[in-house]
Amino acid sequence: MADIVLDKVSKKYPDGTVAVRDVDLEIADGEFVILVGPSGCGKSTILNMIAGLEDISSGDLRIDGERVNDKAPRDRDIAMVFQSYALYPNMTVRENMAFPLRLAKLDKATIDEKVNDAAKVLELTALLDRKPANLSGGQRQRVAMGRAIVRNPKAFLMDEPLSNLDAKLRVQMRTVVSRLQRRLGTTTVYVTHDQTEAMTLGDRVVIVRAGAIQQVGEPQQLYDHPANLFVAGFIGSPSMNFLHASVADGRLRTALGDLPIGSRVRGLLSDAPENLIIGIRPEHFEDAALVDEAARAKGTEFEAPVELVESMGSDKYVYFTVEGERATSAELEELAADAGASDLPTGGGANLVTRLSAESAVKEGENWRVWVNLEKIHLFDPSNGRNLTLHEGRAAGVTAE
Amino acid sequence: MKLRWGLLDAVVVVFALLPVLWIVSLSFKTTATLTDGNLIPREWTLENYRTIFQTDQFVRALVNSIGIALISTTIAVVLGTMAAYAVARLDFPGKGALVGVSLLIAMFPQVSLVSPLFDIERQLGIFDTWLGLILPYITFSLPLAIYTLSAFFKQIPWDLEKAAKMDGATQAQAFRKVIAPLAAPGVFTSAILVFIFCWNDFLFAISLTSTERSRTVPAALSFFTGASQFEDPTGAISAAAVVITIPIILFVLFFQRRIVAGLTSGAVKG
Repeated sequence: MADIVLDKVSKKYPDGTVAVRDVDLEIADGEFVILVGPSGCGKSTILNMIAGLEDISSGDLRIDGERVNDKAPRDRDIAMVFQSYALYPNMTVRENMAFPLRLAKLDKATIDEKVNDAAKVLELTALLDRKPANLSGGQRQRVAMGRAIVRNPKAFLMDEPLSNLDAKLRVQMRTVVSRLQRRLGTTTVYVTHDQTEAMTLGDRVVIVRAGAIQQVGEPQQLYDHPANLFVAGFIGSPSMNFLHASVADGRLRTALGDLPIGSRVRGLLSDAPENLIIGIRPEHFEDAALVDEAARAKGTEFEAPVELVESMGSDKYVYFTVEGERATSAELEELAADAGASDLPTGGGANLVTRLSAESAVKEGENWRVWVNLEKIHLFDPSNGRNLTLHEGRAAGVTAE
Repeated sequence: MKLRWGLLDAVVVVFALLPVLWIVSLSFKTTATLTDGNLIPREWTLENYRTIFQTDQFVRALVNSIGIALISTTIAVVLGTMAAYAVARLDFPGKGALVGVSLLIAMFPQVSLVSPLFDIERQLGIFDTWLGLILPYITFSLPLAIYTLSAFFKQIPWDLEKAAKMDGATQAQAFRKVIAPLAAPGVFTSAILVFIFCWNDFLFAISLTSTERSRTVPAALSFFTGASQFEDPTGAISAAAVVITIPIILFVLFFQRRIVAGLTSGAVKG
């Protein structure tokens, strides 16, 4: 067990492309850290550099206080689980799990004991004499984990270990991974492109975009207080609504009407661009009829045509179309491309996803009055994506004084 | 549809096997019935086989053939395995050139190289030696070996090698314990192809040898004579042709079981 420190780590390829740029990250002993980002953002490269499978172009990597930049993977004492599982097809499950121990030249009795222990933890005992070809996807995945835990390494590295499983099994394995990590208490770095996995698994989540860290924090902190447009759009499902906004007469002019702004945001806006983006999470809307008087004062109301209602039982997802410009920025386009949404037809105006109470009587095709919580609205600068409502790491809405 | 394909297959097989059957039939015929035109000999005899194994010429040629083909195959496959692994896995300067040149060698018409090789080998003193045949055989079979083997190496998921390294293996251990066992079918396939190439070669064998010292069977066949110069050696040649087909068949049958398709299945998803 050990801590892992990345100090200004960069990866530059011979052809000049920079895959990872000045990454600073401290992973504490026993911590479960998730690296998450869209495909091609460099998260796997960071993991491979920690593993030693890729060279570090500049910066220092320290494991347990020792600089390991120039050490071969086998001398770093860390285990890795691959997306493809990478089981040795010519060996049985037992031989697969024993492989790292055999290379470490342990005696036969110790190897058997450790393999049997690990097999018991992962419920693989009955499968020990099978070849990988005769295992299901979930079993292969467990064997891959078994091979990693069997030799008590200083740290685990996991490269999208669950993404080859079907959706239901993935949710089950998520809890298996989580429980295993708690039980072993081994420092773990986990790479995924799935924000749900990132939110549910990690002690801390690191959001990576274009080779640079966007924000590091606990899942809830990233959700409530995103540092920029990218983090705000990446975390959360359904994702945050983004609308174009402009400043006029000390108010924010948006498709939801003119919104009041508090003194703190007004102070910031004096040197901010005229064109802004507001971001509102779906759960910060509510059917206006269901909002009590006390809460009503914290927000504002607007009316819009209901396009679609999806009843989830516990909530209703209601889709509105509002007149006005759609928000545009490089970050949003990247997010849309990553989600595959850039190919979807969007029609005119901006789309709004809201999560209303199940009691709401909202009907498709009608105009409906909706309340929105102003204290939860984020305001972003489209030129650099910065969250303008963030103050000392906390977002306080546009009306904060 | 199935029937039509079956029919087509049958035609191809008959077309390919008829000459073989014919030569087998000839090898069992007596001199008198050689030209009777029957596929099934009216009089069976082993006389032809007895004749060829009694002549020193044929036995010596057989030894040459086996020795030269085995040595060439071994060297070509070992070198080819290493080269193919490098081509498939590493990025090194001159990789494109290496692949290009080996393709060029494979494409080059061998017949145009015979006279230069003849002169070179005489100057070097390796004309009419085993080495004199082994060298060109390796030269021309290496591209073949590199191509087939690198295709096999490319099929082996790279993650396996990374996993082996993470599990504590050195580069050499990863190759020996993980990659090589998986590449075995490829190694055997190219061994068979290279062996057949060396075994069947007539061009170099006839041009770069002059005595029984290093003449291989395909070349030796053309020097067969009957008991007297007026006697037709057709029967003996047929018998020899049948005999030299046998090692090839054995070789393929022996290694065929090793070429198990899908040996890598289960390594990775998909």
